[in-house]
Amino acid sequence: MSEQCVAKQNLWAKYQKDIADDHYYYCRSCIRQTFFPASERAYLNIMRDKLGKDLFDDPNHTTCTGIAYHSDLVPLQTTETVIARHFALMTEAGYENMAISCVTSFGLYTELLHTWEEYPEEEARVRQYLWDATRREFKKPKNIAHTSDTIYKFRNEIAAQMTRPLVNVKTGEPLKVVDHIGCHYAKMFPTKGVGGAEFPRVLTGMVEAWGGTPIDYPERRHCCGFGFRNYLVMANRGYSVANSKKKFESMVPYKPDFIVANCPGCAMFLDRWQYTIQQMEGTTYGADGQGIPSLTYEEMAGLVLGYDPWELGLQMHQVPVEPLLDKMGIQYTPRDKWTGKKH
Amino acid sequence: MWGFKIAKSQSINYDRNDKEIMRTVLENEPSLRVCMACGACTATCSAGNLLPTFNIRRLNTLLQRGEYTQLRNELNNCMLCGKCTLVCPRGVNIRNIVLNTREALMKYESDTI
Repeated sequence: MSEQCVAKQNLWAKYQKDIADDHYYYCRSCIRQTFFPASERAYLNIMRDKLGKDLFDDPNHTTCTGIAYHSDLVPLQTTETVIARHFALMTEAGYENMAISCVTSFGLYTELLHTWEEYPEEEARVRQYLWDATRREFKKPKNIAHTSDTIYKFRNEIAAQMTRPLVNVKTGEPLKVVDHIGCHYAKMFPTKGVGGAEFPRVLTGMVEAWGGTPIDYPERRHCCGFGFRNYLVMANRGYSVANSKKKFESMVPYKPDFIVANCPGCAMFLDRWQYTIQQMEGTTYGADGQGIPSLTYEEMAGLVLGYDPWELGLQMHQVPVEPLLDKMGIQYTPRDKWTGKKH
Repeated sequence: MWGFKIAKSQSINYDRNDKEIMRTVLENEPSLRVCMACGACTATCSAGNLLPTFNIRRLNTLLQRGEYTQLRNELNNCMLCGKCTLVCPRGVNIRNIVLNTREALMKYESDTI
C-alpha cells in the first residue's frame, strides 16, 4: 500500500466511532413516535428478530426535554436531571450501552456527558438533584450510539438478508439516494458521528451496502430548517421552509429516487415541506409533478428486508411513496394503505 | 392561510454569474493569473488612500466572481497612476487589467443592452 493510501486510512480512522455490539438500552424519540410511529417498531423488530440483538425498550423512559431545552422553555438543570434519571433507569436495568432513536436526544446526551467531563462539580450537583427527587443513582453509559449508527454497523448483516435491493427493477440501475444527516448528530461533536460533520457516512454506508447509489449533492450538509424555534414560532416558519427549499433545489438536478434522513425532525420536514411549497408556490421536485419520497433509515432497511410498506407506516408520509415502491418492484395492495392489513 | 411566507434566499451563487469579462481580461492580460491577493497594490494605492472604500485587490475578487455592478462603480475610482503595478511582487500588470476591464465592461454593457 502506498504511503498516501496509509495516510488516508489513518485520517479516515479519526472519523470513525465505537459502536457497541449488543445489549442496548433503547431511548425512544418523542416526535418520531408521532410522525412515523412504525419506524421505531421496525427498528426493534430488525434488531431483535433479524439481527438477534438484545434491546431494552423501557416504558419508564421519558422525553429528554430536548425540544423544550433548545427552545429555552426548561432550565438546563431540569434537562440534566431528567437525563440523569434515564441513566439511572439504564443502570437499574443492567445495561451499559445506549441506542438513542432521536438525533436531538443523541446530541443532548452527548453534550451533557461532555459538560460533566469539563465541569465535574455540575455532575455532582445533578447527582444530588436526582437523589433528592427520586432517590436514584446512576452510572454513566459506556457507549452511546444513535440508532442509525447501529443499523450502519450491521448494514452488511442486513444486506445478507436483503430481499429487495435499492435497484430500479425496470432499468436494473441502482436507485439514486440523497441523504440528510441531522445537525445534532455530528455537527456539535464531530467525533461522535460516523464520518464526522464533514464526511457523513452513516446513511451512505447503508445505501451502498444495499445496492443504491448515494448522491453527494451540494447542499447535503445544510440544515433542514427545523431548528426548533425556527419552526415553533409561526413567524419564523418562512425561514425554516426556505432551508428545506434550498436543499430540494440542490438535489433536483440529480433526479433522486428518494431522500433518507436519520433525524426524526428532518425526515418529517423534508417530507411535509414539499407539500407546503407545492401549495404556496406550485413547485414540485420529483418526476411527473410529484414530490421526492422522504424515508427514515428504518423504513429504508424495512423495505430492503421485505417488510410490507403499509406495516412500515409509509402511508404516514405526505409525499406518496408508491412511485418508489413501483421502482423497487414491491408488491402492495393500494386499499391496505388506509384500511390496514387484514390479519 | 399559512401565517408565514417562504423566506427569500440571501445567498449569492457566484457560479450563476457570467464570467465573460474575466475571460476577456485574462486573454489580454494573462499576468492576472499569478496574483496571490497579497494586497501590496491596495497598500500603495493613492486613490485608496483618499477613498477608504476603494480597494484595488477587491476589484480582482469582484472580477473573478462576475459581480459587475459593484465592479463598475469601484473601477471608476482608479486614477491609473500605476503605483500598484510598480509594487506588485508577482509582476502583474494591474494598470493594464484596469484598462482592459473598463473596456470589456463597456463592450459587455453595449452588447447586453
